[in-house]
Amino acid sequence: MSGKNRTVADIVAVCQEMFEDLSFNYARKWKAAKPGRKVVGFLPVYSPLEMIHAAGCLPLGIFGGGDQMEVIHGDAYYQSYICRIPRSTIELGVTNRLDFVDGMIFPFVCDVIRNLSGMWKIMFPNVWTKFFDTPQNYIPSIGGTYYEQELLELKEGLEHMTGRKISDDDIRNSIKLYNENRRLVREVYAFRAKEPWKAPTSEIYLLMRAGLMMDVEEHNQMLKDYMAAAKAEDRPKRDNVRVSIYGSFCEQPPLNLIKSIEMAGCYVVDDDYSLNNRFLMVDVPSTGNPLKALSDTYIENSVETSCKYVPDGKVKGEFHVKAIKACGAEGVIYATPSFCDPALLDRPMICSKLSEAGIPYIAFKYAENSGQMQPIREQAGTFADSIKLWS
Amino acid sequence: MSKPEAVKEASMEMQKAMIARNYDAITSKHETGRKVSSTFVPGNLNELLMCFDIVNNLPEINAIQAGMRKASGGYIMEAEKSGHSEDVCTYVKADIGQMSKGNIAPNGKPYPNPDVLMLSYTGCYTFMKWFELLREEYKCPTLMLHVPYEGDGHSTKNMRDYIVKQLKEVVIPGLEQVSGVKFDIDRLRGYLKASAKAEDDLVWCLEQGKVKPSPIDAYFGGVYYIGPIFTAFRGTDDAVEYYKMLRAEVQGRIENHQGPLTPEGTYFNDQKYRLIVEGPPNWTNFREFWKMFYDEGAVVVASSYTKVGGLYDQGFRHDPENPLESLADYCLGCYTNLNLPTRVDLLAKYVEEYEADGLLINSIKSCNSFSAGQLMIMKEVERRTGRPGAFIETDLVDPRYFSAANVKNRLESYFQMIEQKRRGGGSKTVAA
Ligand code: SF4
Ligand code: SF4
Repeated sequence: MSGKNRTVADIVAVCQEMFEDLSFNYARKWKAAKPGRKVVGFLPVYSPLEMIHAAGCLPLGIFGGGDQMEVIHGDAYYQSYICRIPRSTIELGVTNRLDFVDGMIFPFVCDVIRNLSGMWKIMFPNVWTKFFDTPQNYIPSIGGTYYEQELLELKEGLEHMTGRKISDDDIRNSIKLYNENRRLVREVYAFRAKEPWKAPTSEIYLLMRAGLMMDVEEHNQMLKDYMAAAKAEDRPKRDNVRVSIYGSFCEQPPLNLIKSIEMAGCYVVDDDYSLNNRFLMVDVPSTGNPLKALSDTYIENSVETSCKYVPDGKVKGEFHVKAIKACGAEGVIYATPSFCDPALLDRPMICSKLSEAGIPYIAFKYAENSGQMQPIREQAGTFADSIKLWS
Repeated sequence: MSKPEAVKEASMEMQKAMIARNYDAITSKHETGRKVSSTFVPGNLNELLMCFDIVNNLPEINAIQAGMRKASGGYIMEAEKSGHSEDVCTYVKADIGQMSKGNIAPNGKPYPNPDVLMLSYTGCYTFMKWFELLREEYKCPTLMLHVPYEGDGHSTKNMRDYIVKQLKEVVIPGLEQVSGVKFDIDRLRGYLKASAKAEDDLVWCLEQGKVKPSPIDAYFGGVYYIGPIFTAFRGTDDAVEYYKMLRAEVQGRIENHQGPLTPEGTYFNDQKYRLIVEGPPNWTNFREFWKMFYDEGAVVVASSYTKVGGLYDQGFRHDPENPLESLADYCLGCYTNLNLPTRVDLLAKYVEEYEADGLLINSIKSCNSFSAGQLMIMKEVERRTGRPGAFIETDLVDPRYFSAANVKNRLESYFQMIEQKRRGGGSKTVAA
């Protein structure tokens, strides 16, 4: 596919196809292309994909079932007051859509995904299943040391699953490729913040989601192709307001919701959708001890988001305020999955910081299969109008 | 008409007095000059706090108290009005709502602001955000102790080292600074020794659920039995004394072939069903809920809720020889820090060892830590033990989510199913 993605429409079509394909044919084909290849799924929010890549495996982002999949079995595993992503993930599992997946990483984000890791162990005993607990202590000699060792254990787990040793050079090489990926992703985000009419979020979103399901080198090429194509395209600039979206880091809103916000008169100039590829904000050093490099970057240069503890109460939420200022957003839509503890417990704290900084916001809840877009379009439209009126 | 007072045993009276003294110690901090910490039940470092003469205040327990006094509903609504989501844990909202309503302790005096938030982050995500929220309110030092989850079903040396390092380099220096008291590891050893003694007696009491008729109720009664060890008293002589007294009471009941004392003052001897219960109880309708069980002849012989503050019955004891390591192991081993396969193993083992009729799950709307995955837990335990399970849904302290009629119906169907099973019929789940 790479190199052939010339127009924006071509590229987006490829991404959309991958996004909609709940049989994961890209990953299936990737695996079948060479004997011995293995695929490792990962859930939101952050896993060090470099490690999976260095093990010679394809990291496959699992973001639930979206709004296109009927959940029949998954509901039998969850009470009505639990968010939707775990039940649709179970549905993917029990309907054999993930039967080619050799390993699954459940990183720490909340107790639902945490508990799902144990359910996976019981339901799919032949799959290597890892709960990956990132540190909440951000002192390098304490949390960093712990995390380095966790990475080592992750490496050993991957080695055991693949039957193949992972060298430091393998990891350093993967770090380089993912550094490039992160750089390109940042470029795309910066381009969108600058000229959002040329890079609608409904496209950027698909581009990022597809990237979390494909080979990193291929995605790097695709990002370059997209940038070139999007810059070349002439698209009309509308009188939209510029907004940032936060609270959507785990269960994803349906694509229609993302589109509805744009249709309601908002340019999305920053977001925390499928955050994995922006979680580390700078390059990971590609020399020296690679596990330490990954650990140091996590400790010192990862985003502030709800699955992390903020040690200094005084700066809680400032990350968001700075990001909003940096991308020139005029308001925030705090959009969270229903029943999402992390996003909803954080909401009053983040929103009060926004108020202090004089940043207008609205908040609403969604589910990955929300169907009714009218209320959201109206709410976002009114919000956009109010910003225009008062700015 | 006011409700009749619950009939209490001597141990309950003793515990009540201990709790009252602790509330007095909290609310009189300005007179005594003692420092007050807020902290959580799972991963509670009471012995360590005692080394700094710090009084331990537990917002979870305050929320329970408010629930039992029927005050929590109003607090929760208050918190929701100020922007806290209807979807999140009601302990948090009861706590925050209570603040805006004057923050009055059960002794009628105002809670003073804590001097330190001891964020022992064990087994529940909400803890982390709860104290971030309180920190905004109180602006006091917050000491975070991150306890990794036992995702692979066991703890590792790395996890333990990480906790010990945090204790040495973050928690202890932080507590020294707040209290002005120098840390003395021998003092800690002394308290841990007392803890282990009390823990021995607690375990003995809990294990008497194996006796028939059971002299204890390991859920409704259990919440009283675990009180001192799970809260502000582990490591104290009072706790040692309390468990000695409790043990003697349980022993007395065994000798008299008596069941536990119900709040109505009768011994519940005619036990028809023996249950294992998973999940916390409902507090707003605690006595009504309990009555639904003993009225039908159901006694709880073991529960997971009585393990949230430590799995002592599986062998863990605080160890004065390895004080900090033992605190780390304690935090790691609390029930909600165990992965689902381990929880299934434990519950299935309880069903067998306590010769129970089956597993009943009280699924709590508030609590993802407990609740996410409970339907699978039920199915697995049923499959392994061949005994029927049942599933009811309530909430901790939000009275809107306690539907007495629904719960009662479901319990009755469950007991019928157990009867059927005894008569040789098949097992089928009773669920929502
Ligand atoms: S949507 Fe929220 S509550 Fe649900 S799994 Fe994700 S982080 Fe957890
Ligand atoms: S979520 Fe559960 S464990 Fe956590 S504070 Fe609430 S009730 Fe307790």
